Amino acid sequence: MPIHEKSLIRPENLVTHDHLELDGVDVSGHWSTFIESRVVTDYNEVLEDEIAALPGGEFIHRCWQCGSCTNACTVNAINPDFNPRYWIYLIRMGLEEELLRDKDIIWQCVSCFKCVYACPRDVNPEGVMKATAHWLELKGHTEPKPSAVFDEVFADQVFATGKIEEGRVLKQFFRRTGQPLFQTWLVALVRGLVSRLPARMLMRLGLATLFHPRTSGWGRARAAIGEYVEEREAADRAALGLEADGAN
Amino acid sequence: MASKHKRVAYYPGCALEGTGHAYDRSTKALGKALDLDLVTLKNWNCCGAMEVKNVDPKLQTYLSARNLSIAEDMGFHTVMAPCNGCYHNLKKAEYDLANDEASRELNARLSTKAGHKTYQAGKVETIHALDWIKDAIGEDGLRARVKNGLKGLKVANYYGCMYTRPRHIFPEKDRGPESESTSKPHFMDDLLAAAGAENVEYPLKTACCGGAHTLSDSDTSTKLVLNLLTTAEACGADVIATECPTCHTGLEMHQKRAETVFGKKTTVKILYFTQLLGMALGLSARKVGVHENLSDSRGLLLERGLQ
Repeated sequence: MPIHEKSLIRPENLVTHDHLELDGVDVSGHWSTFIESRVVTDYNEVLEDEIAALPGGEFIHRCWQCGSCTNACTVNAINPDFNPRYWIYLIRMGLEEELLRDKDIIWQCVSCFKCVYACPRDVNPEGVMKATAHWLELKGHTEPKPSAVFDEVFADQVFATGKIEEGRVLKQFFRRTGQPLFQTWLVALVRGLVSRLPARMLMRLGLATLFHPRTSGWGRARAAIGEYVEEREAADRAALGLEADGAN
Repeated sequence: MASKHKRVAYYPGCALEGTGHAYDRSTKALGKALDLDLVTLKNWNCCGAMEVKNVDPKLQTYLSARNLSIAEDMGFHTVMAPCNGCYHNLKKAEYDLANDEASRELNARLSTKAGHKTYQAGKVETIHALDWIKDAIGEDGLRARVKNGLKGLKVANYYGCMYTRPRHIFPEKDRGPESESTSKPHFMDDLLAAAGAENVEYPLKTACCGGAHTLSDSDTSTKLVLNLLTTAEACGADVIATECPTCHTGLEMHQKRAETVFGKKTTVKILYFTQLLGMALGLSARKVGVHENLSDSRGLLLERGLQ
């Protein structure tokens, strides 16, 4: 398969001979530049199956590498290393080591669904990004990334009460990721807002943070969801051949 | 024939009770001014936003199905959600319940254990606030009611991601000129034009604001938002009109962040389309919650005689 994305060619894999003559033709310098060939033997043969077992990864096998996802991708436009087509290729080929080079950016998918819209094979590339980020974390290749912490803080609150209160999510997220709540830009925003809002409105906002909104009679839904989430987590870990207790 | 959308169930969602309160206020004020009846869903729950699907998409389907079953119990065939995230999730749930056996099974299991009716696909239609005004009032209806036209106000219409993507969950879209387009949406443009705005050609109508990672990957969001803001300014817009609380708050927050953290100042204002329509109908800026927006557009509105 031709490689169209120049960023995939790493400098250390390029070889150039300063002085080289082939069949009497001088090919010194960039005329002799080529990508060094290599032999891959360490395939991870279960990689595709493991990604496919996680929510979102189910349809990765449909991919025929057209590159529509990468072409449409919001994050690729600001960081060419963010390349869903390439990652899907690596996963399907079992090239785990290559995939791990990008382990710290895969979580940055913003779920804009441009890839899902563009994909002619219904691969659901957005889901594959989420499944891959999840896989990296479960396998212990990365610590939980900020987006995973945010998802957890948010989802836990929904599961517990049926609703979320944004201020509480924000506070918990900053605390869990070790960031100060009083970031200059947030303070500047709040100052501007407070100067315009009437006292009654401010009181209402303040009360919302004290008396958290919740869905009444949510207890049974909470129990049912909690039970399912546990089952799901156990199934995910089993599919990846991990211990059930989450000890890694 | 009277529109079936004159009286609909209203699903505000969590954002409209928090940072998007101005959208809630202006949506209700607009409904009142247009004699449209909004009945809030009783004891609704969060749709799961962009986060619960990352635990398991089928859980998000259940959360939305519970809300749809409430609408059904209240005797409604239509639920209106002004938030793109809520709208998208209700639509996604409807699609998955119609097409995916595993989603149906989990919904039945959780609904039964939670002690409420299991929602079946096809009972309740989900519409966006744009569909609501477009269908119940329409451009002609708006033109007839406009008291204080938006004449002179140049607007970039910004729809974001969840209103049009992915295509398959919106079967009513892309069905010819009268329907909404997923590649180049126009319902908001149509309504604001009828209210007297001058819409600018804005190529980033459905670009992403990075809303899902607005706090967890702030630098990416700021880059994406700055691109939206500077492009709107380059297109000659005074205002970016929004129809989603996550996009709206994201634009406001990262406009400020771009200025404070990266020293990139932009001056384009950000207003909900419901605020603009409300003011065109003669409602005061305060009635439609302009003072509750994080960005301050009072100066521009005063200058244009909208206050």
